[in-house]
Amino acid sequence: MSNSSNTNPAQVQSLGFEQDPFASAFPETREFWSAAEAGRLMLNTCEDCHRPHWYPRMVCPLCGSTRLRWQQATGKGTLYAFSTARRASPAYTLAYVQLAEGPTLLTNVVEADPDALAIGMPVQVTFRRAEEGRMMPFFKPDSKS
Amino acid sequence: MSLSASACIVGAYEHPTRLAPDKSVAQLHAECALGALQDAGLSLADVDGYFCAGDAPGLSPLYMADYMGLKLKWYDGTESGGCSYLAHIEHAAAAIASGHCSVALITLAGKPRSSGQATGTAFRAPPVDRPEAAWETAFKWTIGGIYGMMMQRHMYEYGTTLEQIAWVKVAASQHAQHNPNALLRKPVTVEEVMASPVISDPIRRLDCCVITDGGGALVLTRPEIARSLKRPIVKVIGCGQTMNTTQGGYLDLTRTGAQISGAAAFAEAGVTPADIDYASVYDNFTIMVIAQLEDLGFCAKGEGGRFVADGNLISGVGKLPWNTDGGGLCNNHPMNRGGITKAIEAVRQLRGEAHPAVQVKDCRLALAAGPGLVLGPGHAHATVILERE
Repeated sequence: MSNSSNTNPAQVQSLGFEQDPFASAFPETREFWSAAEAGRLMLNTCEDCHRPHWYPRMVCPLCGSTRLRWQQATGKGTLYAFSTARRASPAYTLAYVQLAEGPTLLTNVVEADPDALAIGMPVQVTFRRAEEGRMMPFFKPDSKS
Repeated sequence: MSLSASACIVGAYEHPTRLAPDKSVAQLHAECALGALQDAGLSLADVDGYFCAGDAPGLSPLYMADYMGLKLKWYDGTESGGCSYLAHIEHAAAAIASGHCSVALITLAGKPRSSGQATGTAFRAPPVDRPEAAWETAFKWTIGGIYGMMMQRHMYEYGTTLEQIAWVKVAASQHAQHNPNALLRKPVTVEEVMASPVISDPIRRLDCCVITDGGGALVLTRPEIARSLKRPIVKVIGCGQTMNTTQGGYLDLTRTGAQISGAAAFAEAGVTPADIDYASVYDNFTIMVIAQLEDLGFCAKGEGGRFVADGNLISGVGKLPWNTDGGGLCNNHPMNRGGITKAIEAVRQLRGEAHPAVQVKDCRLALAAGPGLVLGPGHAHATVILERE
């Protein structure tokens, strides 16, 4: 269940990553949040080892290089694992999604029947606004695959 | 530098309480300290090294040292969640071996039960400056959800079944029935575990550890001081620890830090898993025991489900007597941190002081291992190997 589903649209206008305490605590990730407003998923990719990592940061955790560039991801991936919190109200599905580019990220699966999910199924990104204001990459079943 | 036989555990104490609404956390720490020192035949005045973690009031060993009036030459506030105290054993042994202190005290205490904490099912937002916080808080992850995904992934990759996993809880409950202090003393069946309510798919209620108030303490010292005391000698012969990170997003949810900490501990001790007479393995969730037993080398990766099935972890029944106090699944999980109780039961086994119904005959080598913090978002892991002299 999205955190923004019950939010008044006018209120959403006044929010955004600029005011988000989590996003603004990390100025080095501004480009990610800015692109997320336009529905684009950006990955920090290393110019030395040529691998993208998750979550974005100023040093490549795979090789130690600081030569990083932002690269737009396809937004496609596969379901690595998922667990539905049946006791939560409303129930929601926590998941790890492995992006087509390689890294695996923690997320929620939305717009899906939890009982119809399976490890390995194709998913695609859908941005939703967190209650603090920044747009976050949620995932839904990939309708085009 | 090898720690082999440079330090001995001479005091071990598990607080008998499981619900302590009328005691402060500081009082519980001090009661545990006094219990372990009395067990050793020592006093607070003998302590010159103090070790505690994030459960101790304040962000420093200072406040509990002040409360107990300790006169210290060494201190260590290493915080790595539930395995902190196993890491502290290694740190204390190293401090003793290098002459920084002679008598090391380790304490843990807390009261999540009387404060009504929903440990595994509630989302707890981390501070905004934690580097992963911005990327994970919006997804309301819970401990149950993370370990649910671990269980699902283990079942998917290795064919592990819910029935095999349930055997972990069955073994814990078989042991807990003999422990008068255990929170849950009633033996349960595989069917009862599998039929218990789903918490976060596919984790059931009986796959989860208990929530208890309480605590524990350990006292370590040099071998020559240990031999002057009246307790059986339990030597620290091998230790290992690690921080298992998310590895830049290239994570393997079925792999634990036990692969690193266990290998280091076995190498230092010069023994193999086949030599271990008794194992305490932190059981925050049933599946975590299976993954750690694999990663420690008690069986091949992916074979853990088959390894634990049919009572193989039950003392007197199976090949690997495990968590004979009932563990975190049935006995005690003070402050949601299972590390210290694992070491305490290992000491009981090596001394021959476990309950007669679960005591391992001629127990000479024991292992205590466990994770700290949360698998997935990143966890710590520590292993210690102990030997009776």
